[in-house]
Amino acid sequence: MTLFVFKSFQRDLDTRHDKYERLVKLGRDITIESKRTIFLLHRITSSPNKEEILTESESKLDVVRQKIKQIAQELVGEDMYRYHRAFTPGLQEYVEAITFQYFIKTRNLMSIEEINKQLIFSSEDELKELKAISPHSPEKPSSDLREKQQHHWSLQVTPVDYLLGVADLTGELMRMCIGGIGNGDIEIPFELSQFLRQIYDGFSYIGNTGPYEISKKLYTLKQSLSKVENACYTLKVRGSEIPKHMLADVFDAKAEIIEQVESIS
Amino acid sequence: MSVSELFVRLHGSLSADQDIREEIRKVVQSLEQTAREILTLLQGVHQGFGLKDIPQKCLKAREHFCTVRTQLASLKTKFPVDQYYKFHEHWRFVLQRLVFLAAFLVYLESETLVTREATTEILGIEADRERGFHLDIEDYLSGILTLANELSRLAVNSVTAGDYTRPLRISTFINELDSGFRLLNLKNDSLRKRYDGLKYDVKKIEEVVYDLSIRGLCKEAPAAVTGDS
Repeated sequence: MTLFVFKSFQRDLDTRHDKYERLVKLGRDITIESKRTIFLLHRITSSPNKEEILTESESKLDVVRQKIKQIAQELVGEDMYRYHRAFTPGLQEYVEAITFQYFIKTRNLMSIEEINKQLIFSSEDELKELKAISPHSPEKPSSDLREKQQHHWSLQVTPVDYLLGVADLTGELMRMCIGGIGNGDIEIPFELSQFLRQIYDGFSYIGNTGPYEISKKLYTLKQSLSKVENACYTLKVRGSEIPKHMLADVFDAKAEIIEQVESIS
Repeated sequence: MSVSELFVRLHGSLSADQDIREEIRKVVQSLEQTAREILTLLQGVHQGFGLKDIPQKCLKAREHFCTVRTQLASLKTKFPVDQYYKFHEHWRFVLQRLVFLAAFLVYLESETLVTREATTEILGIEADRERGFHLDIEDYLSGILTLANELSRLAVNSVTAGDYTRPLRISTFINELDSGFRLLNLKNDSLRKRYDGLKYDVKKIEEVVYDLSIRGLCKEAPAAVTGDS
């Protein structure tokens, strides 16, 4: 009797663990592909053809969204929070990548609603694709497809995932700022410092309402912000004196000073 | 939408969650209180004279479980049904404890392993996830492992109290439990850690049975001391 009951527990636990493993794997794939998209987007500062890189990043993000769709399919009929830990790092990385791309395009912060809108998948999209491939397909399979048309999957990014992703975004923006200066772009630090300040104010407003991880990120965020602010300061004070092609050297030295100060404090 | 507007809205949803957590914490505290009361009551069986009035203790404990049912019913109303696992960790511990208490109670009454369905009935919750506030398998198994630990203690104390047959029955019970757990492929989590403790309970009870049998104590069943039946 007991053994029989435990057999059913074994079955249930095994299916649960298998599903968890599959989700972890999907989450890792999302992380890797998002990271690559971010690296790609960083090349934009030095590249002459901005549009090309943006289209390439868009197609990379489409691949990521396909993975997210697979997660959504795994979670049909499940409680999302039971498996949330398996894929939350992946989602955060995706938020980081997509908000970064959005910032480059529009110079604004992408809202969580806009992100989630892109994460609603329906089989209609597949239908269109199939039709495009074979426009004169026989009638019979299309009725099968029409049945599939009913399916909708969605995976919604939670506010916490979103906030953690945005906090990581600020690190990328800081890198973009310093990289931009190296390329002789002296406009970008001012623009970025303003944007980062807005985000920093937003995080200060949230304070410790959220979970512990958010407060932890706030510290790193402050460091990124002060790096950008210091860069602006240096540009203002010395920008007029230094020839543009030497700016990069100045910032290398400056960065060292900042690091030294941090290690002392 | 401006950045600050975005953050104001996020803050709204975060603080709503925090309010829910606050509410849950209050109910969980009262649940913990009731659980402690039941535990104190049932732990009376470890005392020599306690073994004799097990049925009465069980009746009293059953009454306390009425309070548990109302408290769990109010816990259900504190959060949206589909967000069970979002707040799971808040009541996970107390629920495992309650499973243990229900299992201990059922064991003392009938010397059988409480099923998951019976546990949910005692606690007044659902058996399946689809139907609302339910009992997770892992929480159930955790509670059962606590029972094993308690029974190994009971085996020792019943010998002290002069009940020499009880350890034998406990031994059969625990062995069955052990072979059940052997069927599971556990991951490296808290349940696995608790399961690793089961072998020590099995060992302890085997030692007690060994001590009794080499002295020929377990054959003569002292009918006077067995509290139940």
